[in-house]
Amino acid sequence: MKKVPYRNQFSKVFVFSLVVSLLFSVSLSAQDAAAESADVSVESAEAAPTDGDPAAGKALFNQNCAACHALNRKMTGPALANVESRLAEEEGLDREWLYAWIKNSPGMIKSGDAYAVRIYNEYNQAAMTAFPTLTNEDIDNILAYTAAPPPAPTAPAAGEAAAVTAGAASGGISNEMILGALALVFALLVVMLFLVNNTLRRIAEANGISIEKERAEKRVPIWKAFAQNQFLVLVTVIFLLLGSAYFAYGWMMQIGVDQGYAPIQPIHYSHKIHAGDNKIECKYCHSSARVSKHSGIPSLNVCMNCHKSIYEYKGNPEGPSAEDLANGYTNEFYTKEIKKLYKAVGWDEENQKYTGESQPVEWVRIHNLPDFAYFNHSQHVSVAGVECQTCHGPVEEMEIMYQYSPLTMGWCINCHRETNVKVEGNEYYEKIHAELSKKYGVENLTAAQMGGLECGKCHY
Amino acid sequence: MASNKKYWKSEAELNPNDSIVEALRQNEFVEQIPADDFLGDKQNLSSTSTNRRDFLKYIGFSTAAASLAACEGPVIKSIPYVVQPENIVPGVANYYATTIANGFDFASVLIKTREGRPIKVENNTLAKVGGGANARVQASVLSLYDSTRLQGPMANGEPIEWDALNAAVTAKMNSLKGSSKKVVLLTQTYASPSTDRLIMDLMTANENVEHVSYDAISEDAALTAFEQAYGERALADYDFEKADLIISFSADFLADWQGGGYSSGYSKGRVPKNGKMSRHVQLEANMSLTGANADKRFPLTPTAQKVVLAKLYGKLNGTSVGGNTSEYDAIVDQIAAEVKKAGSNAVVLTGLDDVNAQSVVLAINKMLASKAFDPSAPRYIRKGSVKQLESLISDMKSGRVGALIMDGVNPMYSLPNAADFKEGLEKTDLSVLFTTNWNETAEAVQYTAASNHYLESWGDAQFKKGHYSLMQPTIKELFDTKQFQSAILTWMGIESSYYDYIKDTWSANILNGSSWNQALQDGVFVAQATAIDIEGELVAVEEETEMETSAVPIASAVRSLANATSGGMELTLYSKVGMGDGQQASNPWLQEFPDPITRVSWDNYVTISKADAESLGVKNVNVANGGMDGDYVSLTVNGVTIQNVPVVVQPGQAKGSVGLSFGYGKTVGMKEEMQTGVNAFKLYQGFNANQVVTLEKTGGNHEFACVQLHKTLMGRGDIIKETTLEIFNTKDHAEWNHVPQVSLNHQEVPATSVDLWESFDRSIGHHFNLSIDLNACTGCGACVIACHAENNVPVVGKKEVRVSRDMHWLRVDRYYSSEDTFEEDNTKKEELDGLWGDNGSLGGFGEMEDPSDNPQVAFQPVMCQHCNHAPCETVCPVAATSHGRQGQNQMVYNRCVGTRYCANNCPYKVRRFNWFLYNNNDEFDFHMNNDLGKMVLNPDVNVRSRGVIEKCSMCIQKTQKTILDAKREGRTIKDGEFQTACSAACDNGAMVFGDINDENSKVAELKESNRMYHLLEHVGTKPNVFYHVKVRNTNEA
Repeated sequence: MKKVPYRNQFSKVFVFSLVVSLLFSVSLSAQDAAAESADVSVESAEAAPTDGDPAAGKALFNQNCAACHALNRKMTGPALANVESRLAEEEGLDREWLYAWIKNSPGMIKSGDAYAVRIYNEYNQAAMTAFPTLTNEDIDNILAYTAAPPPAPTAPAAGEAAAVTAGAASGGISNEMILGALALVFALLVVMLFLVNNTLRRIAEANGISIEKERAEKRVPIWKAFAQNQFLVLVTVIFLLLGSAYFAYGWMMQIGVDQGYAPIQPIHYSHKIHAGDNKIECKYCHSSARVSKHSGIPSLNVCMNCHKSIYEYKGNPEGPSAEDLANGYTNEFYTKEIKKLYKAVGWDEENQKYTGESQPVEWVRIHNLPDFAYFNHSQHVSVAGVECQTCHGPVEEMEIMYQYSPLTMGWCINCHRETNVKVEGNEYYEKIHAELSKKYGVENLTAAQMGGLECGKCHY
Repeated sequence: MASNKKYWKSEAELNPNDSIVEALRQNEFVEQIPADDFLGDKQNLSSTSTNRRDFLKYIGFSTAAASLAACEGPVIKSIPYVVQPENIVPGVANYYATTIANGFDFASVLIKTREGRPIKVENNTLAKVGGGANARVQASVLSLYDSTRLQGPMANGEPIEWDALNAAVTAKMNSLKGSSKKVVLLTQTYASPSTDRLIMDLMTANENVEHVSYDAISEDAALTAFEQAYGERALADYDFEKADLIISFSADFLADWQGGGYSSGYSKGRVPKNGKMSRHVQLEANMSLTGANADKRFPLTPTAQKVVLAKLYGKLNGTSVGGNTSEYDAIVDQIAAEVKKAGSNAVVLTGLDDVNAQSVVLAINKMLASKAFDPSAPRYIRKGSVKQLESLISDMKSGRVGALIMDGVNPMYSLPNAADFKEGLEKTDLSVLFTTNWNETAEAVQYTAASNHYLESWGDAQFKKGHYSLMQPTIKELFDTKQFQSAILTWMGIESSYYDYIKDTWSANILNGSSWNQALQDGVFVAQATAIDIEGELVAVEEETEMETSAVPIASAVRSLANATSGGMELTLYSKVGMGDGQQASNPWLQEFPDPITRVSWDNYVTISKADAESLGVKNVNVANGGMDGDYVSLTVNGVTIQNVPVVVQPGQAKGSVGLSFGYGKTVGMKEEMQTGVNAFKLYQGFNANQVVTLEKTGGNHEFACVQLHKTLMGRGDIIKETTLEIFNTKDHAEWNHVPQVSLNHQEVPATSVDLWESFDRSIGHHFNLSIDLNACTGCGACVIACHAENNVPVVGKKEVRVSRDMHWLRVDRYYSSEDTFEEDNTKKEELDGLWGDNGSLGGFGEMEDPSDNPQVAFQPVMCQHCNHAPCETVCPVAATSHGRQGQNQMVYNRCVGTRYCANNCPYKVRRFNWFLYNNNDEFDFHMNNDLGKMVLNPDVNVRSRGVIEKCSMCIQKTQKTILDAKREGRTIKDGEFQTACSAACDNGAMVFGDINDENSKVAELKESNRMYHLLEHVGTKPNVFYHVKVRNTNEA
């Protein structure tokens, strides 16, 4: 099979890579300037009324508390900003009470402490984990952190933006330089050709061969000569027809091949952030790929496993990159997308409760195999151990998910021809592998040799 | 029934002189459409800016734009669950054990669900009783998605809320408390311990409540006889596996006799083992499925059967019955001799609707001490009492019934005296019907309560004493429906659900400490043996006292049987394998299911013997378009006449008898295509299936949709190989399983040794084979429907079936012998000599086309034979059909261009062509054309488009699934894991599927059997489907 559908793709890639490589070769030095970033540190503007260390407290807080508590926001548990002073003012509870509560909250509920029971009932009777390992000092530190005012938002790094514009400018210069150099080379070539021609002419004259310039001028124009030469016309026509048929075929073969298809989704879900930045395993969300023919789009309750506590996007500590900013991918933008999820799943952030009013998300399906082709994810993922990226490409780098592979039959077949069957440790394959590899005289069997090219294996 | 109501469109119609009404009657529009004004106005026309050329431009542009836009793929949405149920993984099937108990069919089944949708019914192999799903049960999943189902409760045809209905019923029941009027529950047979308890509770709460069970097709005679003999209103159970000799008087036990479900045990006894198999003698009027399987069949009218039965009793008892000799003495002598020889290994059955006959049969079995006969643990799956029903109707007519609540019954359709019932209904203050579909009775009652399909319901059943079965919902109610039992709980003011109620019943009375969850998972539960034994003894004690008193009645019963005389042409009403009592008449799979005997689909008809047909002047003719036509007759029983019933001349029909099947002729609430046949219940007078009838030929021609027009094998003994038990036991298999010979180098050699092709080595990996034992196959056709459901086989409708465009991937061929036996056919064919003369083939073959008056019958399931040297594969110009290493002949629909060369080249005629698009096509209003019906489709199998060939794939989706599961779990595959839809549906054990490269597999063992042969072996196709020679136990005692 001709690889016609790849033609355009190939040329595009070629041009693109040429430009990119040239661009980078010149502007490498310019990038260095942007590498610096602003240092974000916790400012302790005001001395806290406690004796703890807020910096150590922050570390402890993130480690132990952040899954259920935020400073200024109700989550699974109450907001903790200034919790100590709040308790002291409203409930008259002191730090000792807090020590006891944090170290053994279930015990306090059991013992019937009034406020403990009240808070337990207020938060849907979700008992707080007991932290007997925390020392009083640790708790002091955490309380110090909760008492500290939140750090002021840092100003966007202006230096970075400047660096980017500089980078773009340097790219422009380099392009002109390249073009200039090319023009120079062409000019040199033309001069050389002219010189060679002159030399040859002189040699001819010296040898007494006269060049019949006059006759040449009387010749019929080339297009007329062409038109008169019927054979040539015929050949050209055939060539043209074949050529157009080739291109028409190529064009038609790409119908229905949606490589690169990247539809706009109802929720801007970034695989880059989830699978790339946070390194979430693909099959955590697409769990049915292990056992089913479908990889499965995760149901919203799977999202809520994490997003119950991840209610806003904080992004890189450095803030959004220039590229993201150019696309409008600010932190606020992502946070808004998380709110869309909350709306769909019916999550009431205020009260940390499901309202029951849910609205399923209508994702646009990207990988559309035709109905007559049977594909089973578990066969490839669980049995063959194929990496998801083999077919779906660098998903962890995709801000917007797109179809990486052509998903044509030729593409399937090629892989089946080239890929060895993973037989190690699989009792099913033991006998058939021993017999078949002997029959074909090979060490490792490909999927094709195992019968993976039979029509009926995928079409029924 | 057509309604005489006159509907009016507007108030104006009330005034007869209104001019607009008159104008509307004549014309569709009151005013003329002003086309002439518009076209006649030349000035206006010429001044428009759009001229013809512009118009064409626009058209051209929009066409081009549309076709360009078509190159873009559609946007497909994927909508995941908001909260995914824990047990559902998209793409993975779940199985739930449940029970069908619709009053006619009772079976423990497994339901395959995908993404929460039930898509297939399978046998529950854990069930010892009622684990086999027949064709109707297999098809019942489609009735769940019937687009004509009721979507909510109605009052007098108007939709209402459940609250309103409940309020109306409770108000009425309360007002009737203490009054002289009764509240009557008229229901199907439930055989349900929980429902019985619930109704008892209701009766205790309201002392004026009565419960009447009603079976559309009554077993009242058998129930009464059993009650008289054993003191319990139930049916004796039979274990055919233990019977060496089966004598059946009209008992169609392979179909629906006394609830059916006997075929599995019967088939086990029919496979020759150690030189022995059971012998089956059938005496019957209609050619039934059971009669077709008999070793010896006597076509006798019901009257004659009664006489024979009485005389048989006399012979066995040593008393003289009836005194005078009759024409049946030879038959009686023969049967009596056989029964005496078999002794307790014999069993006698009857399906005659006659208490005397039923009593005599019970007495004979008791006398023989038949091992197959089990009255101690009887069956409860028929309960209907004619006496109670008749007194109910008379009560209703005399206004003594205050409220009538019905569930699972359709008396207006299935009562012979429906008019009486209607009269009674009008005098009943409140009438409520629980039904899944709008029907004849729904039209007549005040409240129609939309009830659940069994796949949406909770329930339980006790098929047989000690054998329990649970029903659990496999899907949430699709519509605003409620099951009867939940409604009763509501009416009684009980808050808890019916599920809790069942659980209570079970833990109190049934489980005896066993796990409820285990019982629910298994779907079946067998009560501890001790409990049964105690009860059995009790029954035995009762019996002894009973016997003495019943000795006298038996004698009088015999006497009255012996004196039975015929009053003319005898009609036997029967239920068809496909339609049963007609509950599922709107199920297109069942309508298209060809009757195993007549091979006619989409119809019922009068079956008549050839001699009677000739004397009446009616006939069947095969016409040029490939269809069969039949004359019409009118049937009159006791003054009730059914006009225009088509005739099928039935070989084997007893002279002087005709047959007509129940279940057809429904009209109310049905799609037009489904309104087929005539309603035989009108002739079911006195709930007796045997009636005296007069036939009269009427004009006109009926067009049948018959899928098999040829009736006989024409002596081609190598298609269905047959032998007798005697020859099978005594002679070498080369003699009775003769391999066809072909000529090679002018030498006669076995066809299997000659090969045109080089064989592919299939010894590595799996090699699938399907074994079909013609001895175990009863022709019941459960496999046909299972195949339909598994493989998304389209329904094409009567018109298309008539022109041979049926799409069944699997058919069960039925052949009659032209002489008395197939063996004689073979001999006759061999002895044909020359073209002319007495033995000439011209006349001889013509004679052989006609089946005998009492032919032998043979069934043969035929699907794609998956030939290793397939003729279809070599002729496909586009390589759309090819062979897999595992032996499957693969058909690639997306590659097929529809030349149909393969179908032409197939010696087995198993390839089917999609003449039309059968889905999303307004011309075919079946399940694939509405959103509801499409939910039954198997997502793992393509829905084929127009213009491609399709055929049996040997369920490659199932074999692939089995292999993948094993690979994923890293294990080898055990025998029995590989199944096709047909082999899994066959509880007779006739179809066995498996891997012959696995030496320990059952199919490998079967392939080595000396009964094994391939269909049309001389063609050299080397099929992967093989058959086992049919052995008939014709040894006369």
